[in-house]
Amino acid sequence: MASDKKNAAVRKTLSDTNLLLTITIVVFFAMYIGAIVFQGKGFLKPQTFFNILNANAPLIISACGMSLVMITGGIDISVGGVTALVTMCCAVYLDFHQGNVFVSLLIALAIGLGFGLVQGILVAYLEIQPFIVTLAGMFFARGMTTIVNTYPFNVENSQFVALKDTRILIPGMGSYNKVGNYVDAYIEIGVIAALLIVVLMFCMLRWSKLGRNFYAVGGNSQSALMLGINVKRTRFLSHLICGLLAGICGFVYFMHVGSGAVSHASGMEMNAIASSIIGGTMLTGGVGNIIGTFFGVLSLSTIQIIVSSAGLDEAWWTGITIAAMLCLFLVVQSVVMARKKRTAQ
Amino acid sequence: MQIIKKITKQQIFIPIAALLILAVFNLIVDPSFYEITFSSNSAGDLVLSGNMISILDYGSELAILAIGMTLVTAACGGQDISVGAAVAISGSVVLRVLCGGNSRPETMQAPIIVAFLVSCVVAMLFGAFNGTLVAYFKIQPMVATLILFTAGRSIAAWINNNELPIISDPSFSYFGGFIPGIPIPTPFFIALICIVLAILVLRFTNLGLYTQAVGINESSSRLNGLNPAFIKFLTFVILGLCVAVVGLIKVSRLSSINYSVIAKDIEMDAILAVALGGNALSGGKFNLDASILGAYVIQFLTTTLYKVKVQSDALPAYKAVVVILLVVMSAPVVRQWLAGLGRKLRKPAKEVA
Repeated sequence: MASDKKNAAVRKTLSDTNLLLTITIVVFFAMYIGAIVFQGKGFLKPQTFFNILNANAPLIISACGMSLVMITGGIDISVGGVTALVTMCCAVYLDFHQGNVFVSLLIALAIGLGFGLVQGILVAYLEIQPFIVTLAGMFFARGMTTIVNTYPFNVENSQFVALKDTRILIPGMGSYNKVGNYVDAYIEIGVIAALLIVVLMFCMLRWSKLGRNFYAVGGNSQSALMLGINVKRTRFLSHLICGLLAGICGFVYFMHVGSGAVSHASGMEMNAIASSIIGGTMLTGGVGNIIGTFFGVLSLSTIQIIVSSAGLDEAWWTGITIAAMLCLFLVVQSVVMARKKRTAQ
Repeated sequence: MQIIKKITKQQIFIPIAALLILAVFNLIVDPSFYEITFSSNSAGDLVLSGNMISILDYGSELAILAIGMTLVTAACGGQDISVGAAVAISGSVVLRVLCGGNSRPETMQAPIIVAFLVSCVVAMLFGAFNGTLVAYFKIQPMVATLILFTAGRSIAAWINNNELPIISDPSFSYFGGFIPGIPIPTPFFIALICIVLAILVLRFTNLGLYTQAVGINESSSRLNGLNPAFIKFLTFVILGLCVAVVGLIKVSRLSSINYSVIAKDIEMDAILAVALGGNALSGGKFNLDASILGAYVIQFLTTTLYKVKVQSDALPAYKAVVVILLVVMSAPVVRQWLAGLGRKLRKPAKEVA
């Protein structure tokens, strides 16, 4: 009897969410340790890890939004397009109109909120498939970017450049470069924003009433409705928050690259979906964890670095590896779901 | 009144109405849009040219894709967004077989029909991959095809070692251009063959019926002895075949390939064609004729937008607006609301009378 109870307890702690989350975290650490062992010292430097964070802060933010929408049972593939639109609008505003940085941040937020608002209304209140709506949103955003300005350019606004080059040094984590000088480890401002958003989203989803509503609607919207949850409003809010995060993501991306271009963030929606799925968010909705998404992004970027430093640096290998990884995790999810259904019967 | 109601109820009414609106718009803005002239092309043949001919030409690619996309949409209630990438792959395979190892061959290394058959097999295999994920692993179609959407162009580049092979044999360019002596572009004839084949298949087999049954209610079609998973799988394989045909046309146009640009955004146009044909994007009943007409209307729209000097990169923004308008108009919630509004408006009118 006792062992039965213990088994049940073990099985309970290893429920779907935790199982998928555990797989992700284990995969990430295995990959990172493997990289250290096989690829030499580069990965041992703390700065390598911080560089992953620096380069992927925008992806972390947009993946958080994506996870939220996926937990609620939808999907949003407009995030990459919105990011590109935000970089272009901010760049044009700062350079052509000599604007200030704070207003450009407001522009970014407004664009994100605008997309979230419209898509949210279409999906939640008019009950149109989220994929169609956001696919149109993605094409609209990319087209609008071209209409705003066709050619990519670097922003030279002094205020902005100062902000872009602001680096937060981390004491004690530095390393010696090839010449022998000591270089401090650093992260960019965007990373702070990304980490803040991860923590906020995690707390919101875990402990707030609204957060639990997202899970309930994604798990089974019919029973959520019967429990008295406002399903439409919850769906709408998920798209609104995702849009807002896409706007923030656009600004962080802008701070990282310092230029506006139509081709920016191409394929980001794909990476965001892939990281969410790798992080254990179920496409069917109702299951997911922001911490998992965070590790999903890290795994994805680590594998990209491994692929490119293994000498396969032609651009197509990254696409193929990400797709293969996504495919693998999708199949694992599908198998987990099938098993769950069988045990339920 | 009754007749008008009857006409507007027809599914094919939507694309025809859209076509008429576009046609009138062009007539008002610039009547020279409809000019068709004889001119000699680079090979020295006398061929027809003009906007209408280019619509017929490029719309045919879309019409072929629309056939497969309609079936996939009807059976799965989702769309395949990897068609553009898959076209790149199948085009790349054609060139690879024709060129052999050398990227600039003097003569073709294999007959075109062999290259085409190989690319058909490859495209159907990729279709089968998508189909397996959707039908047997029960992943949403759009997410499952997202995999190939990302990897497709990379795979296409990898097939040819990222080289840009060029076929100099003029007979290869017949498929995307003109056959000497015939002034009408070949893609139109290819599309015609595909459409006739599709109609024959739908008439003489139960494919159409089964597809709709699966799309309307999967579990009840299973209880009626159908195999829903296999039907879904089959629709993806058929789409693969359509993709291979389009791939041949696409590479034949250039006699070469550009991996990142070939068939770019064509998935959007194909989905749009299905939606414009009045087919429910959530699956179920479909009307193939309406989809095909929809494809030509989309090409009409594209050509019109080019004509009014819209940049090619900005095109998606306008098309996205059209998609949103279409799906909003066809959303059940909006329809109910409109019907309610219509009834309200009619009631007071009657009371007055």
